[in-house]
Amino acid sequence: MSDAVLRVNNLQTQFETRGGVLKAVDGVSFEVGRGRILGLVGESGSGKSVTGYSILGLIEAPGRIAGGEVLLNGKDITRLRGDAMRQVRGAQIAMVFQDPMMTLNPVLKIGTQMIAAVRAHDKVSRKAARARARDALAKVGIPSPEERLDAYPHQLSGGMRQRVAIAIALLHSPAVIIADEPTTALDVSIQGQILAEVRRLADETGTAFVWVTHDLAVVSSLADDICVMYAGRVVESGPAADVIASPRHPYTAGLLASVPAEHEPGTKLPQVPGSTPSLANLPQGCAFAPRCAKAGPACTTTPPVQQFEDGRTALCHYPIEPVSCQPLSLTSTTYRSAS
Amino acid sequence: MIGFLIQRVLQALMVVIAMSIIVFLGVYAIGNPIDVMIDPASDQALREALIQRYGFDRPLFEQYFIFMNNMLHGDLGESFIYRLPVLNLILSRLPATLELALTAMLIATLLGIPLGLWAGYKPDSLSAKAIMGFSVLGFSVPSFWVGLLLIMVFAVELGWFPSGGRGPTTEVLGMNLSITSLEGWSYILLPAFNLALFKLGLLIRLTRAGTVEVMGSDYVRFARAQGLSEGKVVGLHVLKNISIPIVTVFGLELGSTLAFAVVTETVFNWPGMGKLIIDSITVLDRPVMVAYLILVVFLFVMINLVVDLIYGQLDPRIRVKAAS
Repeated sequence: MSDAVLRVNNLQTQFETRGGVLKAVDGVSFEVGRGRILGLVGESGSGKSVTGYSILGLIEAPGRIAGGEVLLNGKDITRLRGDAMRQVRGAQIAMVFQDPMMTLNPVLKIGTQMIAAVRAHDKVSRKAARARARDALAKVGIPSPEERLDAYPHQLSGGMRQRVAIAIALLHSPAVIIADEPTTALDVSIQGQILAEVRRLADETGTAFVWVTHDLAVVSSLADDICVMYAGRVVESGPAADVIASPRHPYTAGLLASVPAEHEPGTKLPQVPGSTPSLANLPQGCAFAPRCAKAGPACTTTPPVQQFEDGRTALCHYPIEPVSCQPLSLTSTTYRSAS
Repeated sequence: MIGFLIQRVLQALMVVIAMSIIVFLGVYAIGNPIDVMIDPASDQALREALIQRYGFDRPLFEQYFIFMNNMLHGDLGESFIYRLPVLNLILSRLPATLELALTAMLIATLLGIPLGLWAGYKPDSLSAKAIMGFSVLGFSVPSFWVGLLLIMVFAVELGWFPSGGRGPTTEVLGMNLSITSLEGWSYILLPAFNLALFKLGLLIRLTRAGTVEVMGSDYVRFARAQGLSEGKVVGLHVLKNISIPIVTVFGLELGSTLAFAVVTETVFNWPGMGKLIIDSITVLDRPVMVAYLILVVFLFVMINLVVDLIYGQLDPRIRVKAAS
């Protein structure tokens, strides 16, 4: 996939604390093509959100990007500072956050916030900006957008607010939208609507999405590709359907096994033993080894990136052999495009 | 909205009535003003006549009702000392205090909010720490001492400003104001700054605390992710969110400055209401005290009413609650 709009190469984000340097993101690489949706999956603390913020240059002190590059249409944006970076944010890469209750300013009208977002990049009249805001609201399926512009955030439901946030992200037709767990705080039915909307937008507008989530069910139904993160590293990547059907990394397998939908009722739900390690105290070699059933003597050394056929990778000494059973689905619906 | 207004006005009315009773009782309890007013050597007949004239021989509640009745007709009584209608007396002093208090609030706001915003925007910078240190001084150093210091440095040593008193006045809208001339400003600046110092410290801390909180919020992060400039982030998103506590404190401080600028007015010999009330207390000029206190209550109630109305403008969520 050489036509990637966003390519992240060996990205490193570190936080300097009194206890030493924490490598929240430690050599993460992935790429997203036009109109594609990449699911960035991991538990809390795996570095998936920090990866999202790093791409937009929104890491605040004491954190910093220590290395690697973020190529947007082939141009490295990690070296941009100040106003140059500001012009990229919102215009070329936009972001949608987790909690729609918190991401809109409660004391400003939706219209005011959207007009400010339009005029941050395009010097147009307030009237023109308002018209664009209205069109963006209509595009994400908000009924009577003109009236919504005069509403305050508290007058809208959570799902509506998240649609507004997505509409704001879409205002400048960015090449990439980073979505940081945007449906986690919503009802399942609303979540479904939003996912369908996002899939449609990706297909119609060609916007690429990086969908950060801990929810494998969401990823399995939405994403084209998956990156599974653990302790700041990508441990497995590949096409979503293949990874879900036949995980190669023991961690991915463990995550999949602990999804209740997959599980036979009445028997004990398997889980990944232990918990995510503290970044300040990572084990030597493979960070997942202490929790891994397949761990062997080699796991005290840093595992190699194993390249498999059809573009899949796993960061493991003892990858799981591929299984060839029929592909399974975690949910009954799928938002993946037919292609 | 109308319902809200009516409700607040009724509340205000209750407060004024309750306060009038408390003030009246309190002042009544401090003793018979006749003893202070007349020569102790005067005879009993004169004494009786005076007591009768001012109605001190009637029962307390009757005196109160006469007082309230007069007040409703715009008559707050006559000063024992100045022999002038109290209302005229107070109103003649009001413009001086009004311009002093407003200038002080203006200084405190125009300096305090930007400094507080900066201290909250860059909380770890050296300049922010210096601002915070200054704000602690602002509200912990006693104002009479700062006033004396200001006079010593800027009036006596440097000779930049006069050491006290009020400049020449011109009549504007029926009020005698001194801020219409440059000379008037030279008189008002020192006492206004002295009066502003405490409020300045307060506003800086309040603004900073709000800014630090809002800067860490998701919507500021989201605004930055939209590519908004830092000026817009602060000017649009931060300022409006921190304005509610600021408006609250502004209102309370404006009220208390108008009513109790006593210390500064005394130090700078400013002919305002504060000096009037202190003088009246010393000589037990009862009508002035009562009228003044009721006026102060009225002032506070009005300011709070305005503050409440502004709340609704600033935060739509409050508007909803008030309507339901």
